[in-house]
Amino acid sequence: MAECHPVGFQWVMEAKERGATIIHVDPRFTRTSALADIFVPIRPGSDIAFLGGIVNHILENERYFRDYVVEYTNAATIIKADFRDTEDLDGVFSGFDAKKAAYDVRSWLYDGMEAPPGVPHGEQTGGAGRPIEHGEPPQDRSLQHPRCVFQLLKKHYRRYTPELVEETCGIPRQLFLRVAEALCANSGRERTSAFCYAVGWTQHTVGVQYIRTAAIVQQLLGNIGRPGGGILALRGHASIQGSTDIPTLYNLLPGYLPMPHSERYLGHQDYVRKNSAPTGFWGHMEEYFISLMKAWWGEHATADNDWAFGHLPRIDGDHSAYVFTMGMLEGGVRGYFLPGENPAVGSANGKLNRMAMARLDWLVVRDLVEIESAAFWYRSSEIETGELRTDDIPTEVFFLPAASHTEKDGSFTNTQRLLQWHHTAVQPRGDCRSDLWFYFHLGRIIRMKLRDRAPDDPKNRPVLELTWDYPVEGRRAEPSADAVLREISGWGPDGKQLSSFTELKADGSTACGCWIYSGCYRDGVNQTARRTPHREQSYVGAEWGWAWPDNRRILYNRASADPRGEPWSERKRYVWWDRARRQWTGIDTPDFKRTMPPDHEPGKQAAAEEALRGTEPFIMQADGKAWLYVPEGLRDGPFPTHYEPQESVFRNPLYRQQSNPVRQQFRHPLNAYNNAPDAFDDDGLFPYLLTTYRLTEHHTAGGMSRSVEYLAELQPELFCEVSPQLAAERALEHGGWATIITTRTAIEARVLVTERIPSVRVQGREVHTVGVPYHWGVCGLSTGDAGNDLLPLALDPNVHIQECKAATCDIRPGRRPRGAALLELVAGYRQRAAARPPGRAGRSSGRRSER
Amino acid sequence: MTAISGDPTIISHDIDVASHHPDGSPRAMGFFTDTSICIGCKACEVACKEWNLVPDDGLSFTGDSYDNTGSIGCNSWRHVAFIEQGRPVAVSDPEAGDGLRWLMSSDVCKHCAHAACLDVCPTGALFRTEFDTVVVQQDICNGCGYCVSACPFGVLDKRREDGRVWKCTLCYDRLRGDLEPACAQACPTKSIQFGPVDELLALARERVDTLHQRGVGDARLYGADRDNGVGGFGAFFLLLDQPEVYGLPPDPVVSTRRLGQMWGAAAAAAGALALGVAAAFLGERR
Repeated sequence: MAECHPVGFQWVMEAKERGATIIHVDPRFTRTSALADIFVPIRPGSDIAFLGGIVNHILENERYFRDYVVEYTNAATIIKADFRDTEDLDGVFSGFDAKKAAYDVRSWLYDGMEAPPGVPHGEQTGGAGRPIEHGEPPQDRSLQHPRCVFQLLKKHYRRYTPELVEETCGIPRQLFLRVAEALCANSGRERTSAFCYAVGWTQHTVGVQYIRTAAIVQQLLGNIGRPGGGILALRGHASIQGSTDIPTLYNLLPGYLPMPHSERYLGHQDYVRKNSAPTGFWGHMEEYFISLMKAWWGEHATADNDWAFGHLPRIDGDHSAYVFTMGMLEGGVRGYFLPGENPAVGSANGKLNRMAMARLDWLVVRDLVEIESAAFWYRSSEIETGELRTDDIPTEVFFLPAASHTEKDGSFTNTQRLLQWHHTAVQPRGDCRSDLWFYFHLGRIIRMKLRDRAPDDPKNRPVLELTWDYPVEGRRAEPSADAVLREISGWGPDGKQLSSFTELKADGSTACGCWIYSGCYRDGVNQTARRTPHREQSYVGAEWGWAWPDNRRILYNRASADPRGEPWSERKRYVWWDRARRQWTGIDTPDFKRTMPPDHEPGKQAAAEEALRGTEPFIMQADGKAWLYVPEGLRDGPFPTHYEPQESVFRNPLYRQQSNPVRQQFRHPLNAYNNAPDAFDDDGLFPYLLTTYRLTEHHTAGGMSRSVEYLAELQPELFCEVSPQLAAERALEHGGWATIITTRTAIEARVLVTERIPSVRVQGREVHTVGVPYHWGVCGLSTGDAGNDLLPLALDPNVHIQECKAATCDIRPGRRPRGAALLELVAGYRQRAAARPPGRAGRSSGRRSER
Repeated sequence: MTAISGDPTIISHDIDVASHHPDGSPRAMGFFTDTSICIGCKACEVACKEWNLVPDDGLSFTGDSYDNTGSIGCNSWRHVAFIEQGRPVAVSDPEAGDGLRWLMSSDVCKHCAHAACLDVCPTGALFRTEFDTVVVQQDICNGCGYCVSACPFGVLDKRREDGRVWKCTLCYDRLRGDLEPACAQACPTKSIQFGPVDELLALARERVDTLHQRGVGDARLYGADRDNGVGGFGAFFLLLDQPEVYGLPPDPVVSTRRLGQMWGAAAAAAGALALGVAAAFLGERR
């Protein structure tokens, strides 16, 4: 966190000064470890075993917060009789289809429930848990029923002992127990603990399940919805949270509404019915959706034309980034927009990305400087090796200079869902323009052309009928970002800005560009621009910026009070039921219907949030409970399970199933894996672990830092970090050069020999890790090979993110070969990998078909 | 309302950074760099260069941990040192066992009370400001370099391109406008604190006590003693190890300390010589 989020880390330091214990778990001793109380070195790719060990510790030692668990989680809920756990099936859950490498999740459901008709199982649903059928699943509040979630959880993690953690993660058991006890001792009525994570957890073939395991720990300890608790995702850029809320993702519309599928829906009602839940706040999806249609198509979205549902673009499958890249490589994709993204450096398997872009007809790159993704056609390692020739590349590259955040108005949404407005400090130079300017005028010109050529063609109506009337200012005709924010926040029939999403209507009288952001322009005031100093308000800071939804700083904060509505303790008092005034109150906006008493019991006709009990704080979930067990919504299992990474030097110590059986893999010559699927590599070809990361001094793919003298000089060259043991084993010289090799490519880096990257002892042998920062590329002031070129494409099945925090590699002293000799070096490794005895490589590959 | 100012256990003290008293008279201002909370982000180095238009120092990889700046110089007025140590993380925690320690510390010109650079400057380019800081006036400096060898810390450094000496001004221009120096403002953890020297000294002593109470027995102040060899620093430090570990002289002495004696001795010698000569002439007359 100190490495990549130094400004946010000041609050960790504040917490430490007030007595908090800071625990840092990382394969490397970083700037964060330097300031932590406890540093826990871990083998890359083994975090579920570590966190699962904590779950087991909590359960076996009865350290869970029983009242919280029974009342607020689905611990008591009973699961279908035909559910089978990975403990029963040696590493897969029931419903696994080996041919499709996918699960039929019907056996995972709550007892007595069926999957909603028409929606494929495991479909991505954004921020919400899956809808569950109306009605109440059976429960055993004594937590004794053998099929209740609590007992299943116990059974699932029973083998995740301190010994197993030590054997799998390389964490000495005394250190593990110290961490587990520190967490338990700091949780309960009087105290809370928080988890902070970043892409070290997400970028795995089981990335979503890493976070899920932390969620289980936090639920068992009662650390969700309470001050000082939670699981905080530290995002990779200033407004990545914002770009998920108002998404740049292919499968979502603003506010986590699913993108419609081309064949699945008969109309807007069918779409809403199949994606909403009768209980909880998703019961209002129709209000959210129709208000969005009114914001986008205004008078052209009416009840008569199904609220312009037909105008929305459609998806017809998985169009996630790497699937799209593979489509480019195979020749099916003609054009590509890259606004502020640099896949030639920032994406896994850089070569594959560059070769893919070289097959496009056109490519638009908008960035602050000429980045590698704009220059690959004349400057790249493929030009150097002869794999690409400039004359043969058909791609027409349009490089358009972009304005930076200081040169435009706009908002950032940070990890705690906080919107903060920023104002133009200086005008952009020359032809540099904001993204808002670019897309607004692009749309304006396209509309002009369509209107001139074929105004009556129904195909053009979705574009021509858009509300595209933002006011522009100045001689550059810069669109008003303020006007965009007003539209996002929404207005009623009288044009008055809305105060909250609860004012949204399904009759077309309200318009709102993103329901969760509704109210950010409440009272006609840009709430996101508020900057009341901390001295002039409570520690919650409700008047600094604006947090979605409804300026709530902690989600599900009803859980900060006990079932009767009283604070769990005075020390952790946050939101409570005021008996005299008969409403919820507190130091934050209550994340609950304000007048719904703790003893509320829903009637038979109750809908949406009214259909939840007054004791059910998780208002976005259809059963109002936090999910220890996820009956639906995930593709790879209701419980997180330890699987080895795609590339590993160890056998899975728990199951014959080596890796996540439903992970996404790509079979392509440019994407060879270091070992056969579901095998492990311990014969010395790729004997070392590889992990990539960022440094404080640089920003992601380097476009904003390697081009700036003052930053480039601070970390002027690509280096790799190795332990003294590995340096001795491979004769690597401190300050000299090393070549790091995988079946994708080889790169060269300067060597830093340091104790900060510990060798860990796993399954009885010492294993070394090669650490590589990924910031470098061929453009800018400070240049070097790209660390991500080493990595394969192997993805998490839920969110399609690449596994780039755990892979395998070889390392040797000296610089890498130049030109075609580089290809020969890699080809040699590939041949030897292919020639390996099938026993090792295919040790487990036949098993999947047996199931 | 949660008032947090004035609490010694909290980092974000509300120190008044205005460099003038309410009546407009200037105050003695300085830095307290608390290395126990430095995260090595180098924002101080970058902010300093941005504000003061200091040129970049070249793209040179040193291999010295994460420190590619190397030392304070004419083109690096702040320098963050990184020291990797194989020793327990916290003395208070016997369970921690053999751990690593990674010390980080942002070094800067000390703005000595008795500044040798100031004493030796023949042109008057170096002067003591109304804020008790030491600044080089670039339009007067003739590049003689006497100050370079006079500084006990190696802070003063001549820029080859223009022949003049450059160093930290404690953002003299910003102080005149009651703004805090760029490095202190950019520091995310408030490891660099700026304020009136007397207030900072009190704060620093309190901080050392707090750390000692928490078992961080290594914590010590460097340059806070007003009776040290340079009369105390205007920019002093809280360190977690011996100053030598950070590349700092343990007992710096103003190099001009014996200047008066030297002149005295020289005068005495000259006088003796004159007397001898006179005596010789007088003797001849006889």
